[in-house]
Amino acid sequence: MTAKILVVDDDPAVAEMTGIVLRAEGFEPVFCDHGDRAVEIFRAEQPDVILLDLMLPGKSGIDICREIRAESGVPIIMLTAKSDTVDVVIGLESGADDYIPKPFKPRELIARVRARLRRNDNGAPGVVRIGDLEIDVTGHRVTRAGDVVQLTPLEFDVLVTLARAPGQVFTREVLLEDVWGYRHAADTRLVNVHIQRLRAKIERDPENPEIVLTVRGVGYKAGGHTS
Amino acid sequence: MKFSARAIRMMLLAPVQTMWRRWTRSMLLRVITSTLVVGLAAVAVLGAYVTTQIRDGLVEKRVERILVESARDVDSTQQTFEASTAETPGDLQQLVNDQGEALSKLGGESRGLVLLRAPSNESDVFLTPLGEQALLSIITPEMRDAVTGDASQFWQFAAEPSGGGPAVVVGAPLTLKSFGKYELYFVYSLADEEDTLDLIQRVLALGATVLVVLVVFMTWTVTLQAVRPIRAAARVAARLADGHLSERMRVKGNDEMATLATTFNDMATSLQRQFTRMEDLSRLQRRFVSDVSHELRTPLTTVRMASDVLHEARADFAPSVARSAELLSTQLDRFEALLADLLEISRIDAGAAQLDFKDHDLGDVVRDQVETLAPAASDQGVKLRLWIQDGPHIASMDSPRVGRIVRNLLSNAIEHAQDGPVDIAVSSTARTVAVVVRDYGVGLSASQVQRVFDRFWRGDPARARTMGGTGLGLSIAREDALLHDGVLEVTGRPGEGALFRLMLPCGSRGLGLREPLPLDMNETDFPEVGLRVALAAEAEL
Repeated sequence: MTAKILVVDDDPAVAEMTGIVLRAEGFEPVFCDHGDRAVEIFRAEQPDVILLDLMLPGKSGIDICREIRAESGVPIIMLTAKSDTVDVVIGLESGADDYIPKPFKPRELIARVRARLRRNDNGAPGVVRIGDLEIDVTGHRVTRAGDVVQLTPLEFDVLVTLARAPGQVFTREVLLEDVWGYRHAADTRLVNVHIQRLRAKIERDPENPEIVLTVRGVGYKAGGHTS
Repeated sequence: MKFSARAIRMMLLAPVQTMWRRWTRSMLLRVITSTLVVGLAAVAVLGAYVTTQIRDGLVEKRVERILVESARDVDSTQQTFEASTAETPGDLQQLVNDQGEALSKLGGESRGLVLLRAPSNESDVFLTPLGEQALLSIITPEMRDAVTGDASQFWQFAAEPSGGGPAVVVGAPLTLKSFGKYELYFVYSLADEEDTLDLIQRVLALGATVLVVLVVFMTWTVTLQAVRPIRAAARVAARLADGHLSERMRVKGNDEMATLATTFNDMATSLQRQFTRMEDLSRLQRRFVSDVSHELRTPLTTVRMASDVLHEARADFAPSVARSAELLSTQLDRFEALLADLLEISRIDAGAAQLDFKDHDLGDVVRDQVETLAPAASDQGVKLRLWIQDGPHIASMDSPRVGRIVRNLLSNAIEHAQDGPVDIAVSSTARTVAVVVRDYGVGLSASQVQRVFDRFWRGDPARARTMGGTGLGLSIAREDALLHDGVLEVTGRPGEGALFRLMLPCGSRGLGLREPLPLDMNETDFPEVGLRVALAAEAEL
């Protein structure tokens, strides 16, 4: 089954060229050139990954990101023409999983898309427990006392990666490689922002986390393990 | 307890230094002190002069009166003796005693009386001399010599035998008919005059004290009046410097101080206006840079992808087309690097650079960059050698920027090393961390050293651009160093290579005076810095 990629970009040349590159890799691109129509097309097409430009006519990329995130965990990769710190952080906080600064190389784009399509299916399937959470790795479901906790696939990946080796410390770089698929050093802000988002969903008190713990100066580890 | 010599010197010097600091920092203290010194000196000189004048006047008058009085008394005594009918020594003795009593009465308590037989008297009859024994001691032999001579009257100052107070002694010869020559001395006490002088001195001292206190107080008041607005101005200026641009001085009255305040406020307003304009300009510039960045990157994204697609497929093209695709791709890399550098430098120019300060070890930052560039260097036949002094070299820095500085210095050194090695050293003092990058290649002339940080400047325009630098690397490195309140310096000699030194302050106190590494290091100096760091790239070889 070919993966469907929604490309939201108002520049026709960029959109077309992106389409050519995606098609060459066997993906099926769908296009949207206006911010106001993006959510609508997303609902109609149900893509597997969204490539989202931040500067759009009509509704901004940030708003689109929030709206889609409210109803779906679909992987969203931001395309940013600015590499200013603030923009990237706002984009990630509004729900984007990853970002690619423009201009980018086709190979880079494909690598990022593939990383987001790749499910965390390596390792033993089954059920992992961490704290009072029950993680059904095969069914991609996280429950707390029978109630389902809604996580995006990326957040799920982060949680499973940490929960499979409780107590083991993961540096941000290792997480970037395991979860985001970066082969070389990349922006560790990706990790920070998504850990915050994950905590907001799974921790009873995100200010005093019990499941995803910070190891100062090193990285993160899963705590509160009960098996 | 043991103190080192240094500690003792510090203990002794500390109060002196504190005083000196106070002295140099307080105009009030200086003005008061100088007023006090000058005032006291003037009063002392004046007091001494006035006292001397009064004393001389008093004594002179008194001596005049004394001389007149004693001459008269000697005269009348002489006449009494000449007119007397006394023939026998007993009668004469009686007469002498009577006269002595009369003279004593006449002179009062402040006059003593002595009658002595002249040494030249050859008479057989010895009359009992008059006068208390105590008074005899102040009649000096010189005095007696003088009186024996022709002088009818002789006087001199002496000290009273009883209290030691000043006195005047007057002597005159007296002829007692056939009983020969005698000498009559009057001893006048000057105690009264001394008392008067004491009183005058006391009054003068009191007056002088009051005067000095008054002058000091007045000076203090006046200086304070002048200093207070200056202090207020300094306070407001400090607030302005801290960024409180709306701070103003209070204008009171219509005097010079009010003028100062008004002028100061005008200056502040002008500054505020300038700042606001600069801020607006900076904001505009930032917007422009951001817009340019976006507008340029959008088409560049397409070109980049298209170029890469062509590049990937070049095997299917005719050789000339394939080569074109290759050139397009590599030059696009250069174009992108140039664009990134240009945007970065205009961001710095606009004051829009954002720094994220955290504590990092400069040794780690340098090591990372050296590891990253070592493969590219060895491709060019250049060996990187890194020495790091033992111990942490922590400083508050924006590590991506510092990493970029080091990367730019290394790229530059590798490009100019001419197959020689590149030595890198990291060291630190309490307040400064430093890294030195030294190559032994083409080097720089004195005029080139001046220009090496200029934008787009190249030492030799004909040289091949092997590392593909944009010509902005060193300029950006310098700007980055300045953003950290650090310095980036260079020295070099033609044919002997160049040395770049980056120094960054550890904290907010700025660079220390001591330099961790000298700006002049040769190949033999590097091993002395610390241990040679083994690079991962070397281990693989």
